[in-house]
Amino acid sequence: MPTYQRQVLICGGTGCVASGSLELQEALKDRLEACGLTDRVLVLQTGCHGICEAGPIVVIHPEGTVYTEVRPEDAAEIVEEHLRRGRHVERLMQRDIHSFYAGQMRLTLQNCGRIDPERIEEYIAYDGYQGLANALFSMTPEEVVEQVALSGLRGRGGGGFPTGKKWEFCARAGGGKKYVICNADEGDPGAFMDRSLLEGDPNAILEGMAIGAYAMGADEGYIYCRTEYPLAVERLHTAIAQAEEYGLLGDNIMGTDFSFHVHIKEGAGAFVCGEETALMASIEGKRGTPRPRPPFPADSGLWGKPTNINNVETWGQIPQIILKGGDWYNAVGTERSRGTKVFALTGKVNNTGLVEVPMGITLREIIFDIGGGIRKGKGFKAVQIGGPSGGCLTEEHLDLPVSYESLSEAGAIMGSGGLVVMDDETCIVDVARFFLEFTQAESCGKCPPCREGTKKMLDILNRITEGEGSPEDIDTLERLAYQIRETSLCGLGQTAPNPVLTTLRYFRDEYMAHIEEKRCPAGVCQALTGYSIDPDRCVGCTKCAQVCPVQAIQGERGTPHSIDRETCIQCGACVKACPVQAISRS
Amino acid sequence: MASITMTINGTTVTTEPGTTILEAAQSAGIHIPTLCHHPALPPVGACRVCLVEAEGSGKLLTSCTTPAAEGMSVRTHSPRVLEARRFVVEMILLRHPLDCFSCPSNGNCELQDIAYELGIEESSFAEEGDTCRDHPLEEDNPYFVRDLNKCILCGRCIRACDSLARYHAVDFHNRGIHTMVHPPADRTLEESDCTFCGQCVQLCPVGALAEKPSRGRGRPWELHPVTTVCPYCGVGCELEIQVNSKTGRIANVTSDYGSPTSLNRGRTCVKGRFAWQFVHSGERLTTPLVRRDGELREASWEEALETAAAGLQRIKSDHGPDSLGFFSSARCTNEENYLMQRLAREVVGTNNIDHCAHL
Ligand SMILES: Cc1cc2nc3c(=O)[nH]c(=O)nc-3n(C[C@H](O)[C@H](O)[C@H](O)COP(=O)(O)O)c2cc1C
Ligand code: SF4
Ligand code: SF4
Ligand code: SF4
Ligand code: SF4
Ligand code: SF4
Ligand code: FES
Ligand code: FES
Repeated sequence: MPTYQRQVLICGGTGCVASGSLELQEALKDRLEACGLTDRVLVLQTGCHGICEAGPIVVIHPEGTVYTEVRPEDAAEIVEEHLRRGRHVERLMQRDIHSFYAGQMRLTLQNCGRIDPERIEEYIAYDGYQGLANALFSMTPEEVVEQVALSGLRGRGGGGFPTGKKWEFCARAGGGKKYVICNADEGDPGAFMDRSLLEGDPNAILEGMAIGAYAMGADEGYIYCRTEYPLAVERLHTAIAQAEEYGLLGDNIMGTDFSFHVHIKEGAGAFVCGEETALMASIEGKRGTPRPRPPFPADSGLWGKPTNINNVETWGQIPQIILKGGDWYNAVGTERSRGTKVFALTGKVNNTGLVEVPMGITLREIIFDIGGGIRKGKGFKAVQIGGPSGGCLTEEHLDLPVSYESLSEAGAIMGSGGLVVMDDETCIVDVARFFLEFTQAESCGKCPPCREGTKKMLDILNRITEGEGSPEDIDTLERLAYQIRETSLCGLGQTAPNPVLTTLRYFRDEYMAHIEEKRCPAGVCQALTGYSIDPDRCVGCTKCAQVCPVQAIQGERGTPHSIDRETCIQCGACVKACPVQAISRS
Repeated sequence: MASITMTINGTTVTTEPGTTILEAAQSAGIHIPTLCHHPALPPVGACRVCLVEAEGSGKLLTSCTTPAAEGMSVRTHSPRVLEARRFVVEMILLRHPLDCFSCPSNGNCELQDIAYELGIEESSFAEEGDTCRDHPLEEDNPYFVRDLNKCILCGRCIRACDSLARYHAVDFHNRGIHTMVHPPADRTLEESDCTFCGQCVQLCPVGALAEKPSRGRGRPWELHPVTTVCPYCGVGCELEIQVNSKTGRIANVTSDYGSPTSLNRGRTCVKGRFAWQFVHSGERLTTPLVRRDGELREASWEEALETAAAGLQRIKSDHGPDSLGFFSSARCTNEENYLMQRLAREVVGTNNIDHCAHL
C-alpha cells in the first residue's frame, strides 16, 4: 500500500461540480500521473464546504491549504509548485474565507468537505456508526428517546416541533409495523441545506435514521428526495449499498436482532410534497396532496402504519447527540432553541453559501460577519427568512438573536433555513409578489382559501406593481391574508400570506408609494419607472433620438427633447448616447 | 368501548368513539354546513366549510374529519367560525358563475344553500373577469354534461368513482388555480375508463355534472321520488324514480346511498340510471297484439293468451314437447324466470329453457 504524503480534497458538491471541479479533478490526476506522483498524492472528492461561490474549492492536507476558484488550467501550477516544491500558490489564496468560517459552528456539517462521501470507511474513521453501536449495545430504545428529548433538538424542516416528543409519540404507538421517513424534498426556492448534507455526508443521515428506527421500533425507512438532486440520490444509493455490505444496515445490524431497511423514493419536485401527509401520499403512489390531521403520522402514517418523519438536518444531528449525549447538544443555543442551525445565505450578500451557526447568534453576525456584508457597498434593506412561508425582517431586527421564538414574534419563521438578503435596490412589493407567485403555482389546489385566495392576493400585488393599485387594496390584502392563514388546510396555505403580512407591517410606506404616488422607490417595477430628459441640461443635440430604436424621443434640434413613456421600451440606449448626461431613470 | 361525552354549543352530547364532530352534531340535531363531505364517501376535509372551533385548539377544525373526543367543547357558529365560513364560501364563489336561473341544479345545489344560509349574494372579493368561463361544455355522450366552469373542486366525483364505482376514471389535474377534474392524460371522458354509471353526477353538490335526459323535465322541487327496483337486470338495484308531479312523467332516476333496504346501497350502472326513456315512448305496446291474416291487430288479454296457449298446445301435440323452446329475459325478476321454467318443464314438459343472461 502506498504511503501518501499529501491529500488533495476536491469539492464535489453540486456548486463546485457546476463550476468545473470534475474537469479540474481530471486535470490534476493527469498531471500527477505525468509527474509520477500518483503514489505519493491521494486525490479525493468531498462534499460541499458551504462557500460554493468561491468554488471549485481545493484543500490540500496536511497543510490545510485552501485554494478557491481553481480552474483546470491551474492544475499544472498546483502540482508543480505545491505538490512538488511545497510552495503555496498565492494566486489562488486571495479570497478571505476565514471570516466566513470564524463565526460558524459546524456540528451537522462537520464532515462536509472533510471526507469522501462515497467511501463509508472515511465516515467510520470519524466515529461514524459509533452512535448506532452505542444505542444498540448499551442503550434501551427508551434511553435513546430520552437523550434526544434531553438534547432539546427541534425539527429543522420548518415546524420546529420537539424531536424527542415526536419520537416518544411514535415509540408509544401500538406495536407492529412502523416506518421512519427522511424528508429530503427541500422545495424552498434558494434552499440547499439538505442537498449539501446528503451529498457531503450521506451516512450521517442513514445512521440517524437507523438510531431512530431502533428507538421507535421501526424496521423500514424511506428517504423522499427530489429528483432534481441526482448527486444526492446517487450518493445515498452508494452509502446504502456500502452500509449493507458492512452490516450497518439491513438484516441483523451489527449481529443484533435489529434489522432496518432503507428505500429511496424520488419525488417529482412539487413544493407541497414536502408537507408530511402529502409526502406520504406520494410515497404510496397517490397524488401528493395534504390531508387534515388528526390522524397524525405517529398514529396513522405511511400505509396507515405509525410513522415518524423528520427533516434531513434533524436526522443528521442524531448520531452525534447519541454519541456525545443530549446534554452536550443542549449546552449550545438559547433556552428554547438548542443546538445549531444550517442556513442557506443568498441574495445581495458578499459571501453567499451554506453556514451553520449556533442558535442565538444575531442576524447582523450572520449577514455582516459571516456573510461579509452587502454586495457592492450598497445599503441593507431587509432579509427574508424562512422561504416562501417566512417573513421579511428589517434593520431593526438585525440584533435579534436567532431562535424559533424571537423570529415568530417578529412575524417571520425559522423555516427550513433560507436567508435571502436584500439591498436598498430591492422593491419590497415585488419581493412579496415573487413569493406569492411561487405559493400560488405550488398550491395543490385542494382547498379554496389557498387555491383561490392566493390567486386573488397575487392579482392585487400584480396590480400594485403595475401602478393600478388603489388604497382599498391594502385592506383587501390584509383581510385575505388573515383568513387564508385561518382557514387553509395545510402549512402551505397557512403560511403563504406571511411575506405579504410582514412587508405590510414593516414597509407599508413602500406599498403606499406604489399606490398613491405611482412610484416604485427602489426603481424596480417597470410600469412605474421610466426615462426622462432634464430640459435644463438637454442641449438638443438629437443624439438620443437617433439611437432610440422605437422613435420614442421627440424634439427640434437645439431645443430640449422629451421621451414619450408609452412608446419607450426602457432599453436605456439614449442614456449612453447623451453627451451631457441629461437622461435619467426615475 | 365507553361512549364519549362532549359539549357542542353548550349542549351535552354523547356519542360513540370513532364518530366525527360532524356526526356527533348531526345526531344532536345541530346543523353544520358541508360541501366536500358526503356520508357515502370517505371524508377529505378539503372545502373548509365545516370548520368549527374547539376549546383549547388554536386552529379551527374540519368537523367532517376530526374525531369527537372525551370532554371536547365545540362551537359550530361562533363569530370566529362564521367569519371563516363566510370567507371560505366567498372564495368558492369567486370564480363560480352565478347562473342559477338556468342551472339544472337550481334548487338542488349545496353551494346555493350555503350561500343562502350565510346571507352571501356574491363574493365580496370578486372583480370583473374573475368568473370562470374558459372550459367548453363537455357533452359528447348521451348521459351527462360536464360544465367545469361550475366545478368547485370538492372532489366528490373523484371519490365516488374511486370508492363506489371503482373505475378511477377521473382525478385532479394541475395545481393551484389551474386545478381541474379530468380523466388521465388528455383523454376525454368518452375515451376514458368511465362507464357512465352516473354516480358522480348524483354526488356532485353543484351543477358541474348534470344528467342529460332530465333536461327540461322538471325542477327539483317539482319532483317526488318513487322507490322501486331496477327493471334491467337480476342484480335488482333499488332506484328512486323522480316523478314530476305536474306532468306525472319521469324526470330523472337517482338512488339512495343511505337506504337500509337496498342491496346496491345507492350504486347503479348506466342502464338503471339513464335508460328510462322507453317508459314514456310512444312506440311502446300498451295492448296485446294478435296476428290475424298476416297482420297484427289489437286484442284483449284473454284473446291473446288463448291464442298463444292454443298455438303452443297444437305444436306440442303435433310435434311433441321438445319441438318447443322457451327463452326468458334478464329483464325479468328471478321470480318471473322461475315461473317461466316451471311453465316449460311442468306444463309443456320440455327442458328447452334458456335465458339471455345479460342485456
Ligand atoms: C408546504 C410545506 C412544505 C414542506 N416542505 C418540507 C421540506 O421540503 N422538507 C422538510 O423537511 N419539511 C418540510 N415541511 C415540513 C414537514 O411537513 C414536516 O413537518 C417535517 O418534515 C418534519 O420534520 P422535522 O420535525 O424534523 O422538522 C413542509 C411543510 C409544508 C407545509
Ligand atoms: S393549503 Fe394549499 S397546498 Fe395546502 S391543502 Fe390547501 S390548497 Fe393544498
Ligand atoms: S351550481 Fe349552484 S350556485 Fe352554481 S349556478 Fe348552479 S345552482 Fe347556482
Ligand atoms: S359516471 Fe361512473 S364511471 Fe364515469 S366518472 Fe362518474 S362515477 Fe366514474
Ligand atoms: S364535478 Fe362536481 S363533484 Fe366533481 S369536483 Fe367538481 S363540483 Fe365536485
Ligand atoms: S341494470 Fe344496473 S342499475 Fe339496474 S339492477 Fe342491473 S346493475 Fe343495477
Ligand atoms: S459545492 Fe463546493 S463549496 Fe459548495
Ligand atoms: S365538508 Fe368538511 S371540509 Fe368539506
